[in-house]
Amino acid sequence: MAVIEVTKNNFEEEVLRSEIPVLVDFNAGWCGPCRSMRPMLDELAENNGKYKIVSVDIDEEDELVEEYEVASIPCLVVFKNGKETDRSIGLIPKDSIAALMED
Amino acid sequence: MYDIIIIGAGPAGMTAAIYARRAARSVLVLEAVNYGGQILNTPDIENYPAEAHISGYDFSAKLYEQAKGLGAEFIFEKAVGIENGNGKKTVVTVKNSYEAKAVILATGSASRKLGLEDEEKLVGKGVSYCATCDGNFYRKKVVAVVGGGNTALEDALYLSDLAEKVYLIHRRDSFRGEEANVSRLAARDNVEFIYNSNVTKLISDKRLRAVEVTNKIDGSVRTVELNGLFVAVGRIPENRNFADLVRLDDAGYVQAGEDCHTSCDGIFVAGDNRTKTLRQLVTAAADGAMAATEAVKYISNN
Repeated sequence: MAVIEVTKNNFEEEVLRSEIPVLVDFNAGWCGPCRSMRPMLDELAENNGKYKIVSVDIDEEDELVEEYEVASIPCLVVFKNGKETDRSIGLIPKDSIAALMED
Repeated sequence: MYDIIIIGAGPAGMTAAIYARRAARSVLVLEAVNYGGQILNTPDIENYPAEAHISGYDFSAKLYEQAKGLGAEFIFEKAVGIENGNGKKTVVTVKNSYEAKAVILATGSASRKLGLEDEEKLVGKGVSYCATCDGNFYRKKVVAVVGGGNTALEDALYLSDLAEKVYLIHRRDSFRGEEANVSRLAARDNVEFIYNSNVTKLISDKRLRAVEVTNKIDGSVRTVELNGLFVAVGRIPENRNFADLVRLDDAGYVQAGEDCHTSCDGIFVAGDNRTKTLRQLVTAAADGAMAATEAVKYISNN
């Protein structure tokens, strides 16, 4: 499964009501570390069936940024059963991204 | 065994990889996070020869493809130490160890922290080390910049275009940074200077709400309510793991001249973690070329 682009219109369906855990990547096109991390997220999304990964463009999604109090990117937020369970700020290696989803 | 192991895949390390591969030496690049390094945080590079504008990410990606295309191997593991002996160097990472005839340290530097309680916990919740990365989240809000160098001044200028109010907190009564930046800041209505002062406490609930600022001269303490604190108090070189092998200066930089030789035979240094006066993309690349050339020479002679 590829990384899914999510907006405020489908955030509830794709993230909050998802039956599997979701990793939300808050990012922007001008953010170098975000772009650097994207190929790792693509790879992780393609190669597992246990969770999904979605991307939120913070320049387009003010409401989601406000609601989830994102104040620094890259920002990865883990959702399980509609609730935030973990969060990571900044560029991290692929192994650490995978580890976020493993407990 | 590799001919050369390069620790760090920033501009210095990846340039070293290019030079070493073109000298037909086998090369392993070890990187803790991902290729690019600090330059990833630069949205627009305007001072690299023959590239009027390029983003830090695009620059890194091109450099990575070039090094990889020439046959450099990349492994993403953090190097935690080097063992030196029997004519070889063993680089130990968090997972494995790798052997080489020569090593180039191109580990760069990290943002210096204030060292206050809860600082780490508040990163992404009001504390930031990169104004150009996170400034957009503070539109029409109140922020402070801590520091007195050019980075602090440029951060304050950048933020004053976005934020409602910018405090610039500096521990001295004058700035190390360029005078032109100081006067530009002084002309802004929404910038307030707080001199001779240190941030002594971060006040937060779930996120940062205020900072306690202590005046060094009269000891007075004031609370500044704000939404964001941008820390620009310099950088620290990432040399701790190698301090037992190569000589560092008082600030922690590897002591080496333009030839990039360290105090240890067969270990070279390239980029921001070396003692030097100008830390720029172009000088990092220059170091990479020099360190690789010297490493190749060392291997041929031993």
